Amino acid sequence: MAGGSRGPAFWGQLAFTLLVCLMLVSPIVLSLLAGVTQNYFVGIRSGVTLRWVEEVLRTYSGTILLSVQIAFACLACTLLLGVPAAYVLSRHQGRATRLVEELLVMPVAIPGLATALALIITYGGFGDFRRSWLFILVGHVLFTLPFMVRAVLAVMNSVDLATLEEGAASLGAGFVRRFFGVVLPNCMPGILAGSLMVVTLSIGEFNLTWLLHTPLGKTLPVGLADAYASLRIEIGSAYTLIFFVIIIPCLVLMQAVARRGAGSK
Amino acid sequence: MPSILPARRTLLAVALLAPAAAVFGAFFLLPLARLFALGGGGAEGWGAYAAILVEPRYFESLIQTVLLSAGVTAVTLAISCVSGLFLVRNRFPGRSLLVAVLTFPLVFPGVVIGFMVIMLAGRQGLIGTVTEGLFGSRLVFAYSMAGLFLGYVYFSVPRVILTVMAAAEKLDPQLAEAARSLGASPWQVTAHVVLPALKPAFLSAGAICFATAMGAFGTAFTLATRIDVLPMLIYTEFTLQANIAMAAALSFVLGAVTWAVLALARSFAGSSVAAAG
Repeated sequence: MAGGSRGPAFWGQLAFTLLVCLMLVSPIVLSLLAGVTQNYFVGIRSGVTLRWVEEVLRTYSGTILLSVQIAFACLACTLLLGVPAAYVLSRHQGRATRLVEELLVMPVAIPGLATALALIITYGGFGDFRRSWLFILVGHVLFTLPFMVRAVLAVMNSVDLATLEEGAASLGAGFVRRFFGVVLPNCMPGILAGSLMVVTLSIGEFNLTWLLHTPLGKTLPVGLADAYASLRIEIGSAYTLIFFVIIIPCLVLMQAVARRGAGSK
Repeated sequence: MPSILPARRTLLAVALLAPAAAVFGAFFLLPLARLFALGGGGAEGWGAYAAILVEPRYFESLIQTVLLSAGVTAVTLAISCVSGLFLVRNRFPGRSLLVAVLTFPLVFPGVVIGFMVIMLAGRQGLIGTVTEGLFGSRLVFAYSMAGLFLGYVYFSVPRVILTVMAAAEKLDPQLAEAARSLGASPWQVTAHVVLPALKPAFLSAGAICFATAMGAFGTAFTLATRIDVLPMLIYTEFTLQANIAMAAALSFVLGAVTWAVLALARSFAGSSVAAAG
């Protein structure tokens, strides 16, 4: 739109938007600084140090590794379960598949706390399962599956899969060949976008994980909550800094993929 | 597809959907049914569900949570409407940086948002330092309902602003042009053309915002023990009181409310709506 008029309305809205940005960014900057400050109470004058980051890595590296492990296991599960499901939803559009779609989104619509409680009530008695990291994985798969299905489904619906598949079939390709040779390559952008989303969400998941975790199996956000509650602000900040270092590349990649998707249309 | 018989095609569809359906049924639908049954299986029986409305402690928490979520939704929509429309309508140096900054916290989990609120309004927070310099007394409100409010707005603004901007960019500029050529002032164009056209986007974004605020747990957990929003109440009932039946009943009702809000918004707005975080 033409932005010729730079009256008071323009400057007023710009000031407001800058204020909102300031609200969002200042705590991020502050926590990044606090994570490398000797003594936050005194301020950055007290000196810059990596000792808090080192201390967090020493105490909490287990949580980081577990989070990464769960995120990739979760990705594998959502790919195996979600891509075939999205394919069916895309090729069979009708009342039944709409119902399936509706059901699949439910774990996102219902608070994680409720889902976690339901899982504990039902499977808490199976001690070995309850104590293993697989219990957390189940929760993460439920929560992230809709995002994978939706991302893949969006791309599948935008390319004409039916015609492509018919072409392949007329050349004699069986289903397996068509699925791996035609369907998958054509919905790669969706799979990529969905994968990034799943990994990012899984690494940051707390609502479900807090109830599902055991003292011996803590994920990164669970460790963060621990650190915020009981340790000094510098350690909480250093831990947050490490979280940012992990999560921000995911975000940047996600936005880059989204931009490329929008550009190619 | 002509090359495959319909029966085989259906069979194939069922086979491909089966793994997801099995996991979903075993780990979501079944547990949810158990949650509902357990809610009615405590000392009070099905009265546990009635207690949510009758017992002041639960009812007040429910009302508080609804009011908080509604307030957060209203403020977030207002902020996102002003800034989102501004960023779509104007092109200026640094604009893309502002957009990037506004969408940056999109992937922060609730616990980290809680810590951001502590950084802003906590005992050693920015707002405290600024107010101490200006007025001589530290303003600290992170560990209260106001802190939670700030946290939820912080959490929701990036999501809602993206929705508003995406919808505003799709808007046909000729509509506003036509209104302007008929003599409408900029304010009238916004009020009578742009905002009504963005109503579906507001509805779906608002519903997501409301449902997320209703069910969010991480931020409240980081900030304090003294904020009795519904998710915190469920957590205390479950862990400290060991009143598992009540916790189950409360969770089921909370889940039903957020799901209903999202389903309702979806039926009005038409697009896919789901909570996040």
